[in-house]
Amino acid sequence: MNHKLKLLTSIFMTFLKMGPLTFGGGYALIPAIEKEVVDKKGWLRNEEIADVFAVSGSVPGAVAVNSATFIGYRIAGIPGAIAALLGIFLPTFCLMLLLTVFYVQLKDNPKVEAAFTAIRATVVALIAYAAIKIGRTAIVDFATGALAAIASLLLYLGHLHPLLVIVFGATAGVALVKIREHGGRTPTAGTSKLQEKEPIYDYMI
Amino acid sequence: MLIQLFLTFFLVGLVSFGGGYAMIPLIQEEVLNRHHWMSSAQLSDIVAVAGMSPGPIATNIAVAVGYQQSGWIGAVVASIAVVLPSLILILAVGKVFARLQDHVLMKSSFYGIRPVVAGMIVFAAIMFAQNAGMFARLSWFTWSQIGIFAGSLCALFFLHKHPLSVIILSGLIGIAIYG
Repeated sequence: MNHKLKLLTSIFMTFLKMGPLTFGGGYALIPAIEKEVVDKKGWLRNEEIADVFAVSGSVPGAVAVNSATFIGYRIAGIPGAIAALLGIFLPTFCLMLLLTVFYVQLKDNPKVEAAFTAIRATVVALIAYAAIKIGRTAIVDFATGALAAIASLLLYLGHLHPLLVIVFGATAGVALVKIREHGGRTPTAGTSKLQEKEPIYDYMI
Repeated sequence: MLIQLFLTFFLVGLVSFGGGYAMIPLIQEEVLNRHHWMSSAQLSDIVAVAGMSPGPIATNIAVAVGYQQSGWIGAVVASIAVVLPSLILILAVGKVFARLQDHVLMKSSFYGIRPVVAGMIVFAAIMFAQNAGMFARLSWFTWSQIGIFAGSLCALFFLHKHPLSVIILSGLIGIAIYG
């Protein structure tokens, strides 16, 4: 019992220390996690950690949070997963809460209002930048380019619910690959290209 | 209220493919159009605050929206809701998922989901630009907003500046010209 509690505390502390590092984007955390978990603590082996990152990138959610959860689970089951999740999440949660409290208190101050008037334009730039980054890995041929355009039109003119747009994307992807199979092209023509580019998405954060 | 917060952010967590910014259209749909929890300007400010803090954008937005609606308990509920789907998925299907990843059906759906997510982010950018008054009748204010947008994008894209420093600089410029 005592040993188990010690292990859970250790998992919690390890990820607590790493929480603030998520500033650099989720994928910036990967080398840091690897060093702590594999080299320093010896909790997992190298090939196990590669598996962890593969799953964390494909399950919805932020890759840093997912990796922490999965590693915690591998080491100590469900309590381990929760300890790791709390560890990685708590620092950023507290900081965000603090910033929100400040924002709510100060938002009616004329200077703060002026600052946010400019920042609203910067937010557009942040979102546009995220679009460029994901677009470069997602748009690999004409069909994917058309899908991206159709998706924004469906949202803008069709006022379609974003969830339906995601379902549409998945269906269209499956259909496109099937059509290509019939056309005699290799079934994974577009997807193999995707595979190589996979690891760069730090926009996951 | 807490139940609605929970359901909204559980949904956001469940389909959070492609990063937090991709979830903005969904958050917008639920928070603005469906529940009318805040104005579009407020949501834009929350996205800015979320971008300033470390941590995933989607969870940061959950904390801020939750706090605005129901105080700190709302922040706790919304953040639990947003990470719960990934937690459940990892615990339940983590191993299976890794193997499924190479399945052709999985690959081909993601082949379609990724560009659609890119399109969703483009849509989010257009909506926020509209709300910031960038498409309004050309005036001094419109030009200043377009200028700040272009400057910020260059700083991010060409100079590889961190979002935090871009947001802070933009805020200072705002105090100088709008203050």
